[in-house]
Amino acid sequence: MRNSLFGVLLTTALAIVASSSLLAHHGSASFDTEKELSLKGTVTEWLWANPHCFLKIDVKDESGTVRNWNLELGNPTDISTLGYRRNTFKVGEAVTVVTQPVKSGAPVGRIRSVTMADGRKF
Amino acid sequence: MFRRLLLLVTAAVTLLVVWPASRALSQGGPPGGPPQPGTPLSQVKWEPWNNPGLARMPQDVSPDGPAPVRDLTGLWDTARAGIGARGARGAPAPLTAWGEQVSKTHHSGDGVRMVPVEEINDPLSTMGDPGGFPRNLLFELRQVQFLQAPQAVYGLHMWEKRWRQIWTDGRTLPVDPDPRWYGYSVGRWEDDFTFVVNSNGTDERTWLDNAGNPHSDQLKVEERWHRLTKNRLELTVTIDDSKTYTRPWVALDKIQFFQIPMSVDLMEMMNSASEAQAVAAAFKAEPKK
Repeated sequence: MRNSLFGVLLTTALAIVASSSLLAHHGSASFDTEKELSLKGTVTEWLWANPHCFLKIDVKDESGTVRNWNLELGNPTDISTLGYRRNTFKVGEAVTVVTQPVKSGAPVGRIRSVTMADGRKF
Repeated sequence: MFRRLLLLVTAAVTLLVVWPASRALSQGGPPGGPPQPGTPLSQVKWEPWNNPGLARMPQDVSPDGPAPVRDLTGLWDTARAGIGARGARGAPAPLTAWGEQVSKTHHSGDGVRMVPVEEINDPLSTMGDPGGFPRNLLFELRQVQFLQAPQAVYGLHMWEKRWRQIWTDGRTLPVDPDPRWYGYSVGRWEDDFTFVVNSNGTDERTWLDNAGNPHSDQLKVEERWHRLTKNRLELTVTIDDSKTYTRPWVALDKIQFFQIPMSVDLMEMMNSASEAQAVAAAFKAEPKK
């Protein structure tokens, strides 16, 4: 408990600086910052690009309809400090993404965390 | 009362923001990841290729030494302090009537003119236009490498992989210049440790910063690069554009740079038109019916 608290405190400055870079293109005007969704899906594309990287996943909703979600991350320079790489995701692999969706209801969101099938978490 | 509020805010930020980053580090962290607090600058580990740069300001820049005379040579890193997502750090001066007119047409991704992503008309992020000058100092100011030659000082900027040629051969700035994305620059040593750069001729199509602050073709920019020690450098940027602003104003005040080895290979960070289109398309998906 003590070590994890210490670890959290140690990384506060880093995380705040790292998260500020996610705003390096745009802020939060499009996103519903009061809401978080957990999406289980299959990777269809991993776009490693400036100013934003995008992870696209197929997600089946309650009715069985599959929607393709476009999930945003920061630019490669900044998210590489969080462990992401150009080849982090493969088409077809299963992931769970926690996202802040956009206000419009479109299947677009900002990634808060990604958990891989093998348990690794970003 | 204030202390309790501060603790509450810190706790909230920690919960909302820290957890993903702390998990990444607890898993061993990324290769070439950020130094732990207290790591001397000289002991930061660098990967052979594609380093993002310093993640935080080093507290210990040893082994340091006195500033060399009239020499900016080196690879300089702001340790992310140069990322001006919300616009220039300094408060802009009031706009003139012309400035207001232009300002209203800028729909930015962040800062005071922020709009939803699908409404942004920033030419940099929506069309892949060059960021231009002085936006390369006021938005994504990351690493800059200075090389000095007899006739000019060359600044190689990590962001957009742009280079600047700052003439030091005594020439004066052009009068009524043809506009350029990165303008025209001349520099001189004001004293043995302060290099002053004056620039003009920036294309009006560029934005001053990421908040969409405007500028005209009358823009003049002064940079003061002050070599503090062997490993430390600071920069102050002043904007002087009487067509757009009612008075000159300081856009960056003594931002700190730290010297990292010239052998460090940096990641490439460039916008392209195709990537700008891909990002725009991603935000225009059909809403749920």
